[in-house]
Amino acid sequence: MCTSGLVFAAPPEVCNGVLFLPFMIEVRNLRYTYPRRNNTLQFPDFTLQRGEQLLLLGQSGSGKTTMLHLVGGLLRGYSGSLKVDGAELKDLSEARLDRLRGQKIGFVFQRNHLIAALTAEQNVKLACYLAGVDENKQHNDHLLHELHLDMYRKVRVTELSHGQAQRVAIARALVNKPVVLLADEPTSALDDVNCGRVIRLLSEMAREVQAALLIATHDTRLKEAIPNCIELTTP
Amino acid sequence: MNLFVLVWSYLKSKPLNSLLNTVLLALGIAVIVILLLFTRQLQEKIQANARGIDLVVGAKGSPLQIILCNIFHIDFPTGNIPLHEAEKLARHRLVKTAIPLALGDSYGGYRIIGCPRAYPLLYQSNLDRGRWYEKDFEAVIGANVARMAGLKPDDRFASAHGLSTGGHEHEHHFVVVGILEPTGSVVDNLIFTSIESVWKVHDLPVQPADTLQQQPSPLVPSVTAGDSTKEITALLIQYRSPLGAVQLPRQINQHSSMQAASPAFETARLFSILGVGIDVLTAMAAVLIGISALSIFIALYNSLKERRYDLAVMRALGATRLKLVVSLLLEGMLLTLGGTVLGLAAGHGTVHVLAATVEEIGRNGISGIVFYTVEWIILTGSLVLGVLCALVPALQAYRTDISEVLAGN
Repeated sequence: MCTSGLVFAAPPEVCNGVLFLPFMIEVRNLRYTYPRRNNTLQFPDFTLQRGEQLLLLGQSGSGKTTMLHLVGGLLRGYSGSLKVDGAELKDLSEARLDRLRGQKIGFVFQRNHLIAALTAEQNVKLACYLAGVDENKQHNDHLLHELHLDMYRKVRVTELSHGQAQRVAIARALVNKPVVLLADEPTSALDDVNCGRVIRLLSEMAREVQAALLIATHDTRLKEAIPNCIELTTP
Repeated sequence: MNLFVLVWSYLKSKPLNSLLNTVLLALGIAVIVILLLFTRQLQEKIQANARGIDLVVGAKGSPLQIILCNIFHIDFPTGNIPLHEAEKLARHRLVKTAIPLALGDSYGGYRIIGCPRAYPLLYQSNLDRGRWYEKDFEAVIGANVARMAGLKPDDRFASAHGLSTGGHEHEHHFVVVGILEPTGSVVDNLIFTSIESVWKVHDLPVQPADTLQQQPSPLVPSVTAGDSTKEITALLIQYRSPLGAVQLPRQINQHSSMQAASPAFETARLFSILGVGIDVLTAMAAVLIGISALSIFIALYNSLKERRYDLAVMRALGATRLKLVVSLLLEGMLLTLGGTVLGLAAGHGTVHVLAATVEEIGRNGISGIVFYTVEWIILTGSLVLGVLCALVPALQAYRTDISEVLAGN
């Protein structure tokens, strides 16, 4: 199933009477040059619609994280075209990029990176506050319930197990109902059972909020759950 | 969830660090507030006590001692001056009023003053109960004396020689006839009686003036003018014109056996002597505040290192640079504001407790529940200090490279 070229090349138009949703992620001729190392990465073109899921496979140093940071608007200064929700990221002002990150994009980081000073629920609510989105209590409750976090709401995240913390991180990524969900090596430290659990959870939750899910990983176990993938090769 | 909750959670997550920084600053601020309350109030009291008295004339000796003895009543007299010389001075054309004082005894540490009624009236003191003294050995007492010594009208007490308790007791007994309202001045701590009573306690016969042949004394009407045997302790003088300040002190000091002392000049001198000690304490407080500022800076700077990921994650969650900068500045300001409020409370509290427990302080009318506008400046200054401490960490937060931090596992 893996190809290293265009994955979903269909343009957003009416085809067989069905309106195709616009692309949530659209990558064309994307290149990035590391400012200090002076080597250039060339990324394969691909597009992703709402509800679609894609693995970004590759060994360490192949540029998976760089790709993810570019899509997430954490890195700028690329050449070529990179559109998220129809907006060319390099044309956005700093403030609009901040807003896009907060409201349209959800991140699940490799090491969760929760704010240790806060409780589980506060971590989730912080994402609303920082993105400038009003808290939707119903949605928050639903998320925490779905992720089996009801009884850990008021617990400091430092007291949570790794699995619980990861579920908090997923809740935080989804609380603003993003259109794009980015995950960086979400399963690298997990055994097979937990790996399966986490990837199912990510996949289900992304489908529920109709977000395009992009997972950067070197973990080939994930192919079982998400067959669509592109492979990055080490330059 | 808002910035305040976030910042508060960070401070709460390191309770000992936050406490140390707050307490350090609070100590420095408290010392400054205590000094402020003491020096300001002392200065105010001293000025209030010396108001209306241009010159004090006593026996030759230290002019500062003359002021401390005859205005603040915390020192011993330099000696006595002959009544007839004081009379001559009282009739001087540059003297508007002259009030004679006869000191020497005390009761329970409170000084007994022989004086005309004009002296307590100088401080706008009115009778709270009873009446003014008319006969010998009748006394009117200040509000503090009544409260602390537990005296009430018709009570009798024996005076003791000197100013401290336990001095030689005289056999004469005074009777309380009136109690003054509290004035916040030195009057509250004094016992007033007639000059004749003081003379009689010390066994000096008082012969009534022969009104047919001789003029009565302008200072003590019951004795003859020019009586060469009588002495008083001091004469409080009000000038008729500013020219008095120029001429009188020199005239008195050069052409009489008496010594003139200016309350304004001597209190200024007193403050310049006390000033050295106050400066040392202020410098110590400044060092404390400096250390606490450094400590807060180091705490914020260190926490920034630990929090690089937090800051990067928050940016990834959509936080603007400005929000992060504001959160760090807020953290610094909360620490310094907390320390300052605690310090102000501790300073006022300490002075209040001291005034309530240490008699010497309470007696001088110093209170912990007095507030000065300078304290607003201290409060504002503390916020500025907080911003300064947080400035470098905040700038670093501003420059955080999100991608590099997040990828740098």
